[in-house]
Amino acid sequence: MANMLQLEINGIPVEVPAGTNILNAAKSVQVRIPTLCHHPDLPAWAACGICVVRQAGSPKLLRACCTEVTPGMKITTHDSDIVRVRRTVLELILANHPNDCLQCPRNNNCELQKLAADFGIREIPFPTDVPSIPVDNSTPSIVLNPEKCIKCGRCVQVCQGMQDVWALEFIGRGEKTRIAPAADVTLNESPCIKCGQCTAHCPVGAIYENDETRKVWDALRDPDKHCVVQIAPAVRVAIGEAFGKDPGTLMTGETYAGLRRLGFKAVFDTNYSADVTIMEEGSEFIERFTTNGTLPLITSCCPAWTDWMEKYAPDFIDNFSSAKSPQQMLGVLSKTYYAEKMGIDPAKIYMVSIMPCTAKKYEISRSENMFSSGHQDIDVVLTTRELARMFKSSGIDFLKLASEDADNILGSYTGAGTIFGVTGGVMEAALRTAYCLITGDAQPPAINFEMTRGMKGVKEAEIDIKGTKVKIAIAHQMGNVEQVLNSIREDRKAGRKPRYDFIEVMACRGGCIGGGGQPTGATDEVRKLRTAGIYSDDEKSKLRMSHLNPDVQKLYAEFLGKPLSEKAHHLLHNHYHSKKVYAK
Amino acid sequence: MSYKQFILVCGGTACESNKGIALFTALKNAVEAHGLVNDVQVVRTGCLGFCEKGPIVKILPQDTFYVEVKPEDAEAIVGEHIVKGRVVSRLLYDKNQSKTNVGIEGIDFYQKQFRIVLRNCGVIDPDKIDEYIARDGYKALEKVLFEMKPEEVTAEVLKSGVRGRGGAGFPTGKKWQFAAMQPAGQKYMVCNADEGDPGAYMDRSTLEGDPHSVLEAMAIAGYAIGANKGYVYIRAEYPLAIQRLETAIAQATEYGLLGDNILGSGFSFSIEIRLGAGAFVCGEETALLASIEGKRGMPTPRPPFPAVKGLWGRPTVINNVETLANIPVIILKGAEWFSKIGTHGSKGTKVFALTGKINNSGLIEVPMGTTLREIIFDIGGGIRGGKKFKAAQTGGPSGGIIPPQFLDVPIDYDNLAKIGSIMGSGGLIVMDEDDCIPDIAKFYLDFTVDESCGKCAPCRIGGRKLLNYLEKICKGTGTLQDIENMKDISEAMCRASLCGLGQTASNPITSSLRYFYEEYKEHIEEKKCRAKKCKNLLSYTILAAKCVGCTACARVCPVNAISGERKQPHVIDNAKCIKCGQCYDVCKFQAVTRA
Repeated sequence: MANMLQLEINGIPVEVPAGTNILNAAKSVQVRIPTLCHHPDLPAWAACGICVVRQAGSPKLLRACCTEVTPGMKITTHDSDIVRVRRTVLELILANHPNDCLQCPRNNNCELQKLAADFGIREIPFPTDVPSIPVDNSTPSIVLNPEKCIKCGRCVQVCQGMQDVWALEFIGRGEKTRIAPAADVTLNESPCIKCGQCTAHCPVGAIYENDETRKVWDALRDPDKHCVVQIAPAVRVAIGEAFGKDPGTLMTGETYAGLRRLGFKAVFDTNYSADVTIMEEGSEFIERFTTNGTLPLITSCCPAWTDWMEKYAPDFIDNFSSAKSPQQMLGVLSKTYYAEKMGIDPAKIYMVSIMPCTAKKYEISRSENMFSSGHQDIDVVLTTRELARMFKSSGIDFLKLASEDADNILGSYTGAGTIFGVTGGVMEAALRTAYCLITGDAQPPAINFEMTRGMKGVKEAEIDIKGTKVKIAIAHQMGNVEQVLNSIREDRKAGRKPRYDFIEVMACRGGCIGGGGQPTGATDEVRKLRTAGIYSDDEKSKLRMSHLNPDVQKLYAEFLGKPLSEKAHHLLHNHYHSKKVYAK
Repeated sequence: MSYKQFILVCGGTACESNKGIALFTALKNAVEAHGLVNDVQVVRTGCLGFCEKGPIVKILPQDTFYVEVKPEDAEAIVGEHIVKGRVVSRLLYDKNQSKTNVGIEGIDFYQKQFRIVLRNCGVIDPDKIDEYIARDGYKALEKVLFEMKPEEVTAEVLKSGVRGRGGAGFPTGKKWQFAAMQPAGQKYMVCNADEGDPGAYMDRSTLEGDPHSVLEAMAIAGYAIGANKGYVYIRAEYPLAIQRLETAIAQATEYGLLGDNILGSGFSFSIEIRLGAGAFVCGEETALLASIEGKRGMPTPRPPFPAVKGLWGRPTVINNVETLANIPVIILKGAEWFSKIGTHGSKGTKVFALTGKINNSGLIEVPMGTTLREIIFDIGGGIRGGKKFKAAQTGGPSGGIIPPQFLDVPIDYDNLAKIGSIMGSGGLIVMDEDDCIPDIAKFYLDFTVDESCGKCAPCRIGGRKLLNYLEKICKGTGTLQDIENMKDISEAMCRASLCGLGQTASNPITSSLRYFYEEYKEHIEEKKCRAKKCKNLLSYTILAAKCVGCTACARVCPVNAISGERKQPHVIDNAKCIKCGQCYDVCKFQAVTRA
C-alpha cells in the first residue's frame, strides 16, 4: 500500500499516494489545472509555465506538473492573481505564434487554440513576432514547420527518450531556440525513422504528417486509374475518434463503406495480408527454428523499426525476417494476383493504403523490393488522420454509414490478422499458426497467448509447444528495444545460444494502435481502449488463425504455390542494408 | 635558501593584461642584473584587488605598495628601493610620501576591507603549494580528517551561518546536510566557477590568486557529505584560472592532499576540471549539471534538488568558489569566530567587484553589513570626475537598481531583497548622472535575452518583449501603456519562469520603475533623456554667437548635415543629423549644444 498523503486543493481535502504531482492530485478532485507542454506520456519538462499554482505561505508559484505533493500542502489553483500570470504567459506564447488557425493542420484540434479559447483571449496586448524559418518537408512522412513551434519540447523528449532516435534536438539558444535535427541537417539526413510520434504528441501544428490527400483526390478523378485501397488493422479502432466516437470503437464496415463512397473500385484489408505475412514469416521461423538457422528471428512489419535497425543496429540484419510487411504484401498482390484474376492492367491500378503510421509513407519506396510487381507496389499512403479529413471534406456522414464488407480475394481476414495492430499481436498470430504447423494439432490449447499482451515495454515468455520450448520477447516503443538487442549481443559475445528465439518489435507505444498517424491525443488510456477494440475484433472472428483463412489458402493454391516458394520470395520478401547516421 | 626581500607582482588577469607579465620579467632581470638572485625573490601573486591602479607591486618585508608600475620602472624599483633603500615616490599611491614602509594603511581602498576569502590573494604565489601550506593551508583538511566526524564538519559549517555566495544565499551547511543524509554511495561535490555577471570577477580572482583554498574546501565538503569525486565547472574564458587550478590539482595530488587515501586517513577525493562554453545559464545549478553530463545546458525543475538527485542522478552538492574559499577558515577558526562577522542573517564577508563610474575600481572584501556609502565613497573613493551618484546595481543582470536613498542600508542578503535587489555573486556597478536608467535596464535585458536558454516561454518570449519596449522608450516612441505591459510581463516572468535567470531577469526593470519612474515618463512624455544617453532624444544645434566658423564640425560630420561658410556661423540640418555627437565633441568653442 502506497504511503497516502493528505493535502488541500482549493479547500477540498485530497488524499493521494506520495509521489503524486499537484496536477494529478487536483485531477482526483475534479480540478483541472491548465497545461500546455505537459503530456502524460512524458516526464515533466516544465517549459511553458501555464500550470502554475500557489502554495499557502509561499510568494512563489509552483509548477503543478512537476511538483510533488507534500503532506498538509494547501494549494490554490485558480484565483485572479494566478490566472493573470497564466494569461500573460499565454499571451506571450500567442504573440510569437502565427495564429493562422484557419489554415493550420491542427485547426479545431490544437491545444494552444483550446487554451486561448478557454482563457477568452480576444486580443494579444504585445507586439507579435513570428520568426520566419523554412519548413522541412524533406521526408515523405513528416513536415516540420518551425514557425508554429511553441518549444514545448514534447517532440524532442519523444524522439530522444520514448523513441531513442535522437533526430530532433533543440538548436540555437534563447529566443533563437528551435527544434531541428542536430547540426541543422534536414530530417531526411537525420536519423529520423519517420515513426511520427512527434506528430502525435505535438500540441500545435508545428510537426505533422505529410498530407497526400490531394494525390488521392486526383487519382480518384482520373478515369484511367483503377483505384483500390487497403486499411490497416489499427485504423478501424481509431478513426471513429475523429468523429467523436470513443477510442476503440470498431468502425471496420463504416470505413469500407466510406472508402467506396469516395470512389475506390475495390476495398481491401491489410488484415488479409497480415494472414499472408504469418504464412511467410511463420514458415520462416519454423524453418530457422528447426534447422539451426539464425535466431532469434525478428519481425520486420514495422518500417520505423526496420529503419532504426538499419541505422543503429545493422548487426541484426541477418536476424530480420525477410518477409515484407502486410502493407507491402497487399500492394504487390493487388498489382499481380488481383490484376491477373480481374484482367486489369496493373499499370492502371492505383493502390492507396490507409495506415495508422507515417513511416508507411516512407516504406513504399524504401528499396527496389517495393517495386516487385513491376510498378510501385503502393502508390500512396494516407494516415488515419488524412482519411478522416477526406471523409469530412467529401460530405460523408461517416457515423451513419451502413456497414459494408471488404472486396473479394484480398479482403477477408482472421482474428490473427487483426491483432497485428497491437503490441504482441504479430507474435500471438505467429504462435497460433506455428503451434498448429509444428504439432499438427487443429489449434493450440488456448487460442489467446496472454503472455504476449499488455503495455509492459518488454514482455518475455517461454512457450511450450508440446515439449518444444520457444523463447520469445516482445518490445514496443523504440526506447525499449535496445535493451533487448543488448541482451542478445551479450549472448553473442559470450558465445551462448541466444536467450530468445523470436522477437517482435513495434516502434510505437502500444503497437500500431498508438501509431504516429493516428488521431492525436493518444495517451495510455486511449491506447488501452483501442487495444480492447482490436481484441474484440479478434474475439468475434469465426476464424482466428491465419492459415485457416480460405482466401489465403486459395492464394497459395492458385498463385504462390507454397510459403517461401520462389515466387513468394520474389514478391513477398525483401532485403535490408546498413545505413550511416551520426552517433546518438 | 632564505631571501631577504620579496617583490610581489600582481598576477591577476587585469594586471597581467596591462603588461604585468613583461613587468614580472623585467623585475626578475633587474634582480639578476644587480646580482641579487639569492637575496631577493620576485613572486607573481594573485590579484591584490586594487585593479584601478594596476599593475601593483608590493615589496616585503617593508610592505611598500607601488601602483601603476610599468616594465620600465623595474630598474628603479630594484636599483633604488632594493639596493639603495630609497622609496620610488613617483610609484606610490600617495606621491608625496618618502618613507619606504608605505603600505596599504594610507590607502582608503583597503581601510574598510576585511579579508577571509581573499586572505592569500596577492600574498602567495598561487603556483606554489608550499606557500599555501605555509599559511596554514590544508590544515583544515587535516583537522577534519583526523579530529572531526563528517557530521561534525557539517554542523560546524551550519553553525557558522555561511550562505551561498553564488546568488541565492542558501545556507551552505543545510545543502551539505541534505546531501549527507542521502544513503551512502556515489556522491559528487561540484564547485561552481561559472561566473558570468557582467563586470564580476570575484571567483576568477580567487581561483587565480588562491586555488588551493577552493580545492581544500572541496575535499572538506567531500568528506562531510561522503563524496570522493569533485568537479570544478569553470568557463573556458578564464584561461589563467584554469591553468592555476590545473597546477594546484597536480601539486595537491603529488603531496597526497588529493587522491587516494589522503594523508593516510582512508578518505579519498579527486578533482577534475570541466570547462563550460560561457553560457550564463550554466551558472544555474541544474543547467550546470546538465552541461557537465555533456547535455545542453538547460535548467530542469527542482525538486528533486541536486543534493538528492544531481550529477548522473547521484546526490551532489554545488558550491560557489567564494563560498568554498570561506570553508577552511571556518574550520580552523571556528564557526563562532566566523558568525561574529557580518549581520544577523548574513555572516562573514562578501567580495565585490567594484566597477563603473567610480574612482577606485577593483576587487574588495568587506564584512556583511557594510553600507553602500562606505563601499562607494570610502573604499571606492567616490564617483569619478566629481559627478553625482545616481544608482548602484548589485547582483548583476538579476539584481536591482538601487537609488541614493538606500546608500546607508547595511548590505546583506535580506536588506538587499527588501530594496528590490539581490546580493547575487557580487558584481557592484556604480552609475552617475550620465547614466540613463532605461538605457541601463536595456543593457541588462539585452544580456539576459542573449543568455536565456530558451527553454521556458515566459523567459524566452517575455525577455525579448521587455527589451523591445525598452528600445522603444529609449527611442522616444514608447507609451505609458508599454510600461503597464512591461509590468505584466515582468510579473509573469518573475513568477512563472523555471529558473533563477528568468525569475530575476526583470529585476532591473521592476526596481528602476519603482525608483526612477520619472525618468521613464520623461522619455515617453517629454521625449527627453536627462542623462543625454538616448541619442534619438537628443538634438544638436550650433549657437551662432559662439560659432567662429572653423568648419571643424562640418568636416567631422559623417552625413554632411552641417553647412556654413568659413568664418561664418554654421547650421545643423536636423533632418539629416544622425545624432552621433561628433560635432559636439570636436567643437573647441562650446558652440554646439546638445539637448
